[in-house]
Amino acid sequence: MAQVHLKNVSKSYGALEVVHGINLDIDHNEFVVLVGPSGCGKSTTLRMIAGLESITGGDVLIGENIVNDLPPRDRNISMVFQNYALYPHMTVGENLGFSLKIAGKSQDQIDAAVAEAAAILSLTEYLERKPGALSGGQRQRVAMGRAIVRHPDVFLFDEPLSNLDAKLRAQMRVEIKKLHQKIQTTIVYVTHDQVEAMTLADRIVIMRDGHIEQQGTPLEVFEAPANTFVATFIGSPPMNLLDGIVQQDGTLQLGGGVTLNVPQQYTAKTRPGQKVVLGFRADNLMPCGHSLPMEGESAEIEMTVVLSEPLGTETLLFGALAGQEVQAKMLNPRPVSNGERMMFNLDLTRVHLFDGESQKSLR
Amino acid sequence: MDINLRHRIRARLLKAAQMVTLFIAMSIICIPGLWVVLNSFRPTVEIMAKPPVWIPNELNLDHYRAMFGGVGQGGVPVLQYFTNSLIISITSTLIAILVGMAGGYAFARYRFKGKGAIFIGLMLTRAVPGVALSLPLFIVMARTGLIDTHIGLIIVYVAMNVPFTIWLIDGFFRQVPRELAEAAEIDGCTRWQAFWKVEFPVARAGVASAGIFAFLTSWNEYALASQLTRSTFSKTMPVGLRDFTSEFTINWGGMCALAVLMIIPALILTFLVQKHLIAGLTFGGVKG
Repeated sequence: MAQVHLKNVSKSYGALEVVHGINLDIDHNEFVVLVGPSGCGKSTTLRMIAGLESITGGDVLIGENIVNDLPPRDRNISMVFQNYALYPHMTVGENLGFSLKIAGKSQDQIDAAVAEAAAILSLTEYLERKPGALSGGQRQRVAMGRAIVRHPDVFLFDEPLSNLDAKLRAQMRVEIKKLHQKIQTTIVYVTHDQVEAMTLADRIVIMRDGHIEQQGTPLEVFEAPANTFVATFIGSPPMNLLDGIVQQDGTLQLGGGVTLNVPQQYTAKTRPGQKVVLGFRADNLMPCGHSLPMEGESAEIEMTVVLSEPLGTETLLFGALAGQEVQAKMLNPRPVSNGERMMFNLDLTRVHLFDGESQKSLR
Repeated sequence: MDINLRHRIRARLLKAAQMVTLFIAMSIICIPGLWVVLNSFRPTVEIMAKPPVWIPNELNLDHYRAMFGGVGQGGVPVLQYFTNSLIISITSTLIAILVGMAGGYAFARYRFKGKGAIFIGLMLTRAVPGVALSLPLFIVMARTGLIDTHIGLIIVYVAMNVPFTIWLIDGFFRQVPRELAEAAEIDGCTRWQAFWKVEFPVARAGVASAGIFAFLTSWNEYALASQLTRSTFSKTMPVGLRDFTSEFTINWGGMCALAVLMIIPALILTFLVQKHLIAGLTFGGVKG
């Protein structure tokens, strides 16, 4: 177990800079998830921590030591790869014990450590099999087992679940979470799946174009996104965003003649004429009679439903508001026909306003 | 007629046609080989008979006996030729494989200046017919005193085989995921250990098939060997076949007997590594 610090770390390939001087402090036993779209630099950052990529600038510290120039084997880390990277010519047992064998441990020590890891991950009955004879989920567990036998300071996960089907992914997510509780190690986990990020992380770090956009607990980034990118990236369905302009009379003029009051929490932070982006989640726009009781400020909006997606306990409604598509959520759903006009309640206490220019939150 | 029946008949006819075609193709491939084996066991009269005798009347080991017999009894230094062939083929194959592994790995894993051009250049060397090189090679070897030596022929075969082994092994290393070596490095290996303990065993099938091809090329090569060897001490088996020709006669039976002896080691080797060879040639398809 160790802390990991990135101090102004950057990475360039020739003239192309892909990670721009990021700073990140990861605590003992913390589960940090780096999340972002493809090409945002999250995997590169992880590989720099692992020592698989050299760093162009800044410092990487594991524990108290600067490890910038140390090869991976001297960093006491372990890593789980997206495609598992199991050694196909070795049995599961040999895969698990490989690192200990390289470290020159005795066969008894290796056997004991392998047995322990296999027990933790329910792999005991597969120890004699080759990876080719395992299912995707089992291979994933072997990859994790290979990582835990060494008792590393830091665990690195590079999109470990993206090759699995949806059901298995949900299952493995729980296993990873349990594993973290059991073995108490610092974990850095990279994914592009925001659901994985939300469910696993103690702290989420959202990256875009080689910059850190925001970091915080899953709830913090969900409740208080720092900008429109984070707002749409975190949460499913993504946050609805509508362009608008603040009027002299303190109202917010959206497109298509829709006008709302500027929510109270933002009145002091906006000025007349300012271009803003109004953001709200589908959970905060619900048809009248099918919503949660709303306390505080709200607005009634009429909207035509163009499509509905029944999910069982709730239905997602797609409609057009101020010329843009928005999604709303209907609780205790009833069948809705396309083209039906309905009244909706928008919970103004939970909406977000972003600056129209910088796209940053006005909170 | 019932449409199902029609399809069934068509499928059976196609299957039959397929078998007949296959039989004809295999005959074309196999009959010369079988003819050689057959001729090595029967009297010259029968070999030379017109029309050809397909079913032998008599089988004996006379040609083999004569071949291993002394001078004046039709004997040739078979063991010496065999040893020469073995030394030259094995040494040149080992070197070609080592160079091929280093080169193939570099092409598969590293980026460097002129990579594409070097690769194409290597492939182009394969486009030059070996015989076209025989005269320049002869001159070079004569000047360097390597004519009629094992080393001379080994150098030539290494040069012939290296582009091919690089090309083949490059393909196999390309199919070994980069992450395997990275995982090994994280597991505590040095770069070198990661190669030998993980990447090499995974690509072993490919290296084995490259080895077989290189060995067979050296073992069977005749054109250059016939130019560059003179004496019993360096002649390889294919060149040795010429010992059976004299000014007025050709000893077909003896030639066939030696040819059979030449085929046997190649056959044994191919059987031994057959599993690797097939796995190697269909690597992408069988990867779990």
